[in-house]
Amino acid sequence: MASEAALSRRGSGHAAHRSPWRRAIVGRVRHRPYALFILPALLIVAAVIIFPWLFTVFMSLHEWKIAQARTFVGLANYAHLFVDERFQGALLRTLIYTALAVVAPLVLGTSAALIFQQRFPLRGLLRGIFILPMMATPVAVGLVWTMMFHPQLGVLNYLLSLVGLPAQLWVFDPGTVIPSLVLVETWQWTPLVMLIVLGGLAALPSEPYESAQLDGASAWQRFRHITLPLVAPFLMVAAIIRTIDAVKAFDIIFVISQGGPGTASETINIFLYLQAFAFYNIGYASAVVVVFFVLIVALSLALLYVRQRTQWAS
Amino acid sequence: MKRGNRQLTLITRRGLLQASAAGFAAAGAPAILMRRASGQSGFDWKRFKGEHIEVSHTLGPRGELLQKHEKEFEELTGISVGSEQIPEQQHRQKVAIEFASGNPSFDVVTVAYHVQKQLYGKGKWLVDVRGFIKDTQLTNPDFDFDDFAKGAIDYATQKDGRLDTLPLNLDYFVIYWNKELFAAKGGSYPQSYTEIIEVAHKLNDPKNGSAGWVARGLKNANLPPYLTFLLGHGVDSIDPDLTMHMDGPEAIAAAQIYQTLNRECAPPGVTGFNWNECQTTFVLGKAAMWLDGIGFALPLEDPTKSRVVGKVGYGVMPPGPKAHRTSLYGDGIGISRFSKKQEAAWLYCQWATGKAMNKLHLEGAFGAPGRTSAYEAVKTSPNLKAPREWLECMIESIKIARAGLPDITAVTEFRDTFGVALTNMISGADPATELKKATDAFRPVLERTEKT
Repeated sequence: MASEAALSRRGSGHAAHRSPWRRAIVGRVRHRPYALFILPALLIVAAVIIFPWLFTVFMSLHEWKIAQARTFVGLANYAHLFVDERFQGALLRTLIYTALAVVAPLVLGTSAALIFQQRFPLRGLLRGIFILPMMATPVAVGLVWTMMFHPQLGVLNYLLSLVGLPAQLWVFDPGTVIPSLVLVETWQWTPLVMLIVLGGLAALPSEPYESAQLDGASAWQRFRHITLPLVAPFLMVAAIIRTIDAVKAFDIIFVISQGGPGTASETINIFLYLQAFAFYNIGYASAVVVVFFVLIVALSLALLYVRQRTQWAS
Repeated sequence: MKRGNRQLTLITRRGLLQASAAGFAAAGAPAILMRRASGQSGFDWKRFKGEHIEVSHTLGPRGELLQKHEKEFEELTGISVGSEQIPEQQHRQKVAIEFASGNPSFDVVTVAYHVQKQLYGKGKWLVDVRGFIKDTQLTNPDFDFDDFAKGAIDYATQKDGRLDTLPLNLDYFVIYWNKELFAAKGGSYPQSYTEIIEVAHKLNDPKNGSAGWVARGLKNANLPPYLTFLLGHGVDSIDPDLTMHMDGPEAIAAAQIYQTLNRECAPPGVTGFNWNECQTTFVLGKAAMWLDGIGFALPLEDPTKSRVVGKVGYGVMPPGPKAHRTSLYGDGIGISRFSKKQEAAWLYCQWATGKAMNKLHLEGAFGAPGRTSAYEAVKTSPNLKAPREWLECMIESIKIARAGLPDITAVTEFRDTFGVALTNMISGADPATELKKATDAFRPVLERTEKT
């Protein structure tokens, strides 16, 4: 190639005067000229991923408040996280919220998929209606549910009154706010789980069911010993997607309860938002981001490990 | 207790200004007024003709008023204006972040004194307008800076003496009361904090979906009603020398009143109520009393939105055990230090806080402006959009008003930390314990943020 030859000529002329680093780079480019094509991608990755990360770590080592001087504090922000009761409370609530917001849609979504797998009149139309919540904007969903949750004016308490049940405080009570928020999350994201599991069910072979029927297996036994193991990899995919979604949930919580009453629904995302954009504690908020990132990576690795095992078993 | 210069004296000079104010009362639209004033004084409003400025407002009645009349400013000056209105919380964040970036997208911005003043002062993000005011080439002689109430200017002035905003609106806490509900149960407007509790209990009727009392319970938003009770106990939350009173006997007594009213006499779910939920409850006729800022007369008297039109009483905060006070909050308007069109922006600020606009502001019941002449002009105006009782309540409240929130940088953290404590109290927690816990949590923040 002409360009390779040109590089080679230029390289040989001045090689003796160059530093070892430069010689190494030039040498690599001479032998693998296509490496140059990676450069734009590398620059973009460095600009949008590596630099922000390094800068976040840098900020987390400072006491840095908007409009005030920056002071290097080392690991003090991280140390403070371990004694900050509000952060610890937020962490615990995040785990509870995530667990509930993953399990409920998984159970209901799987049940819905089993129903929609059957043939019945208007199945297509009902399936279309079922997935509508998934298409709505979370902020709009939050606003609608805020009105529905209103203890005096909301439709939910009206519906309860129709069946003789007492009115509830829903998101206005510390004891019921997280289950109420999970209810919204479940309403919106159960259709996604249903679609994933339905796809899995459609791909299952029919032979194991035929032989099980011949052996006299009941419907529950067929589900427990054939359907569930075979569909497990799809359930794991759904669980991973839901976990990632639930851990980073912000919009629904912020619109409906803003982390309240008090701190009863304050998850790490809400805590982080307050530190960064309400209190302008940029340094401390950055430390929260770093710790939160480590937690998410650990959680993702654990889920991927479980998924690998599920695939192996299947 | 240290008083500083925080008490307002808004209408102390009204006698002096009566003559000029009466002239304004008889005048017509602001654009005509502006042109007339311009013609009389020979001030050149057109000197920055052709320039363009961007204005960032907080979403609300004042932003709407200024946007509505923007064309008149453009005709008067030849300066084109681009403006936006952003909801309060988002506006505060956007403005702070843009200022911190050093390249804000606006030339003129509205500022909440009770939340942003110290932060903006520390960052020196706004232009000190004292130089402009003295400059006769840039300031219309009819602008009459002395017409602003001393208290309003004191509230706007930074600790270092810089005046980086002009007062746009002042918000006094008052009690809206439903005359119909009071009459039905034979109640009369309370004359003390004890009577507020008694009347609230008497009028509380949960079986019929009617509450005796409603006030903000949502964390952060709940500080202003609580601080109103605290002021009546004779102390501020934090003194200018940073002495905190938030876990003392006065604070506990005020918290017990707040807790009793919101726990025993308020609608269910009040822990999640901000001003808009309180307003909804009150306009539906489902609350006998509502403690909040004075700027809600328009929706309460709007037949398309309210079921209590003509039934609303506007009550001055009754005296507390140690002082007769109500809490004050406010907004100002300032010019970005980073703006390249500061002079044109100054013309906009003059117009927005001028006598004509202040009169429209008060007459339209958009809130309480900072100029004394507006009150004199509107006192006899037939165009007042709210009941006369509303204006009288405002004028009486001005006499007892005192800044509610402390003059510190970490106001939002203060509101959040003690807001959580108040919310917990509504849920049944002990006021003394909660206030002690919140004080212990906030004290290091105060020491850290105020040291620089």
